[in-house]
Amino acid sequence: MPQSLVTLAYITAGILFIFSLGGLSNQSTARRGNTLGIIGMLLAIVATALGPQVTSYGLLAGALGVGCVVGAALAARVQMTSMPQLVAILHSFVGAAAVLVGFASYLDTGIHVEGIEARIHEVETFVGVFVGALTFTGSIIAFAKLQGLIGSRPLLLPGRHLLNLAAFGVCVYMGYLFVGADTESGVMPLIVNTAIASLVGIHVVMAIGGADMPVVVSMLNSYSGWAAAAAGFMLSNDLLIITGALVGSSGAILSYIMCKAMNRSFISVIFGGFGADEGKAPARATSDAPAGKERSIDVGETVSLLREARKVIIVPGYGMAVAQAQSPLYEVTRLLRDAGADVRFAIHPVAGRLPGHMNVLLAEAKVPYDIVLEMEEINPDFPETDVVIVIGANDIVNPGALDDPASPIYGMPILEVWKAKTCIVMKRSMASGYAGVENPLFFKENTVMLFGDARKNVDAILADLRTKHAGAAA
Amino acid sequence: MKVAVPKEIRPGERRVAATPESTARLIKLGFEVEIESDAGLAASFGNEDYEAVGAVIVHDTRALWQSADLVLKVLPPEQNTALGLHEADLLKEGAALISFLWPGKNTELVSRLAARKVTALAIDQVPRISRAQKMDALSVMANIAGYRAVVEAASFFGRFFTGQMTAAGRVAPAKVLVIGAGVAGLAAIGAARGLGAIVYAFDTRAAVKDQVKSMGAEFIELAVEEEGEGGGGYAREMSDAYVKAEMAMFAAKAKEVDIIITTALIPNKPAPLLITEPMVRSMKKGSVIVDLAAENGGNCACTQPGQVVEKFGVHVIGFNDMPSRLAPTASQLYGTNLTHLLADMGGAKSFHIDLNDEVVRGALVLQNGELMWPPPKKEVPPAPVVQRPSRPNLPVVKSEPEPHKKVAKKAGPGTFIGIAVLALALAWFGTIAPAAFLSHLTVFALSCVIGWQVVWNVTPALHTPLMSVTNAISGIIIVGGMLQVSGPLSSPSAILGAIAILVAAINVAGGFLVTKRMLRMFQR
Repeated sequence: MPQSLVTLAYITAGILFIFSLGGLSNQSTARRGNTLGIIGMLLAIVATALGPQVTSYGLLAGALGVGCVVGAALAARVQMTSMPQLVAILHSFVGAAAVLVGFASYLDTGIHVEGIEARIHEVETFVGVFVGALTFTGSIIAFAKLQGLIGSRPLLLPGRHLLNLAAFGVCVYMGYLFVGADTESGVMPLIVNTAIASLVGIHVVMAIGGADMPVVVSMLNSYSGWAAAAAGFMLSNDLLIITGALVGSSGAILSYIMCKAMNRSFISVIFGGFGADEGKAPARATSDAPAGKERSIDVGETVSLLREARKVIIVPGYGMAVAQAQSPLYEVTRLLRDAGADVRFAIHPVAGRLPGHMNVLLAEAKVPYDIVLEMEEINPDFPETDVVIVIGANDIVNPGALDDPASPIYGMPILEVWKAKTCIVMKRSMASGYAGVENPLFFKENTVMLFGDARKNVDAILADLRTKHAGAAA
Repeated sequence: MKVAVPKEIRPGERRVAATPESTARLIKLGFEVEIESDAGLAASFGNEDYEAVGAVIVHDTRALWQSADLVLKVLPPEQNTALGLHEADLLKEGAALISFLWPGKNTELVSRLAARKVTALAIDQVPRISRAQKMDALSVMANIAGYRAVVEAASFFGRFFTGQMTAAGRVAPAKVLVIGAGVAGLAAIGAARGLGAIVYAFDTRAAVKDQVKSMGAEFIELAVEEEGEGGGGYAREMSDAYVKAEMAMFAAKAKEVDIIITTALIPNKPAPLLITEPMVRSMKKGSVIVDLAAENGGNCACTQPGQVVEKFGVHVIGFNDMPSRLAPTASQLYGTNLTHLLADMGGAKSFHIDLNDEVVRGALVLQNGELMWPPPKKEVPPAPVVQRPSRPNLPVVKSEPEPHKKVAKKAGPGTFIGIAVLALALAWFGTIAPAAFLSHLTVFALSCVIGWQVVWNVTPALHTPLMSVTNAISGIIIVGGMLQVSGPLSSPSAILGAIAILVAAINVAGGFLVTKRMLRMFQR
């Protein structure tokens, strides 16, 4: 296949990728989008394989086959609650591939460029390897944290910003040695660069706390895109550049959305180490704890509240997924809807451990997506709502974020659940949420607490509703 | 610790300071509870109900008072004519008393109690802070009074509240004007709306507008702008211009509405006169006025405290015992207020007066006979601006503070300098970079823009599939591996390329398949 046809195939593949992302703009076109992405990928791989540069098909087919089988097995087995881990580990693969491609292209003696072009090529290689290595180790650490292999507490080395800066300085110096060196003397600086970038990746992600993972994962998503784009520059391959740029901006947007939803600055994310320092602990001490007594109710009272309610909104948090309460919760929803109540779900952007994670978990429990609403869509509806059920969520419904400037989460947009007539909070205990902030919601007059394991309580509510339902039908 | 709950002796008073339910809670807190025989009868609680939860019924009033360490009452102590003794003198020396006391006007009572070395807490002096809401008996009583005002109005009003279309013709809905949207006013609005009336409400404090609207009433605004918030949730007196506009509005509304409920009070002042005799005369025959400020002089010129009078065909209800007319509910909520307060004071075991507790300090009138009231000024509501004694103000519920809006940062000169530097750097780079590189850069920049546009359109619900699909397509780096793999099998670049293909293939297959699996779950 001549190079011109390959180029044409690449352009087509690039366009298909754009359509693929565009298809995700709503649920009805999403599946078609995914299919377009698959077609684009096949087109790119086949065109490359048939192109003039590829000759050893055995090695290619072997590597490709093994990779596909492993990938398919991963995709088929992963639990939806483990999606963040899968996404993180897949990022690490992109990072690893970028490093490998960088080394391979540097060591490949077949490419000959001279003068300024050679220098630019070297810079591209160097940068590509740096970003790739950073993505690789950072994603591995993110994976390990999400999987619980290492603790989720942030590890804060003294002077970590200085450490990062020093590491960066060394890399720049290595780059200086690398650019212009011949292949043999250039390998060493490139390896040192890789090693340091790997350490920086580890360091940056280690410094980030557990519930900030949505930001970290989307940030790494972005990095993996930039790594691919850098590889594209390295190899003068426009398809890689296009795709890398698409992925990079997608990850950047997701990070931005997550940052907004947590009221953190974008800059502090890029430099890592957010989520633990900036005065969290002291801020807690200064704001006087919302004193007061919470009121607790039992399952029976919850059921009678629900049965009297015409409009119900359920606010799920990660605690619901941990307790695996989503399926019985949907059964409850279905019974209430059958009885004529308007029951909907409200999703905060940072609910779950990945952007949109909660939507996937609810979809898995067969909750129809048209009753699952975003924060901006549903916030105006709370005042007309009879009952709100907050299940396994805490900080995302903390009114302190709106009215208490002393609160560490002040300024974070939240679901205004207390505006409903009654707000039922299902929680294991009075312990504070991830941010370690007291939640004045629990002491509001119209808030009642239903303590205990979410799964057990939802099961009990379901059983109670079923018997009454059957009784009413008989 | 022995707690006594005597029967209220004021004629017509039906409330009691403890119900069987709150008695049970008191016993749980460790108190021994003695109830005077028939103390709860008027509020529909029998002696046997108290005994059932573990209280002791005492028939001898004198013995009850004298053995108690703590006496819980509703009304302030007064002369017991049957015994010929003042209740204050019945108290054991050094005992404690919690009830409504109004220490500001009952100075003689306070000195009587002081002589007995009593520790007295006035439930009416509990500060209006959010922590103390559960002990706010004033709000409880105001809420009940507001509800009851509507019920009383309805019983004197000869027509439906709700509008109806009947076979015999149309009945117009009643129109109700509620003046003062404090706790009582809001309760009245709710009750009147519940009966189907059209409700208008007025308050000098603009902050309550949303609360009024949320109760379903129309908030009347005056053309004159002036804020009537007097601190601590109470209203203050207003300027002459404002009052003039306000009175004109009342005069106009009086002709239109069927029922007026007034709830306007200014702390430590006689109630403002809002409805004048000419206004009453201008009302339709059969209209009703309920004056909840009757006890403090009334908001209406025709009000007779404690009575219903008919003037110009309008019934003016001046009952000052509205909460007592709903005795079971009033007793139950008041009893709960008291148990909350006692729980905060340490229950029976560690019962103590904590002078650092803002709530206890606020309510404390006497400590072992020593005058502690008024408490030192800290965050007490500022006294209303004193001008002339007859102006409207209204009691209030606390409104939530407005969330502070963040001010968007404006682009400073730094931003422009940054852009300029960037442009110069690019221009310099353009002069030295090879054309091939620049064309790649172009592709890159355009792709970033496209990616930015496309991804913002992705619905947030699909952000997880978005991440997995971008995972898959970033596996396009497989192409990089493929371009390297074709050297001699032993060459480092071929080996590295093959590994790159392997890991990238995991991405491609894993990413697309898991996306497919996820998207299949999204069902309408």
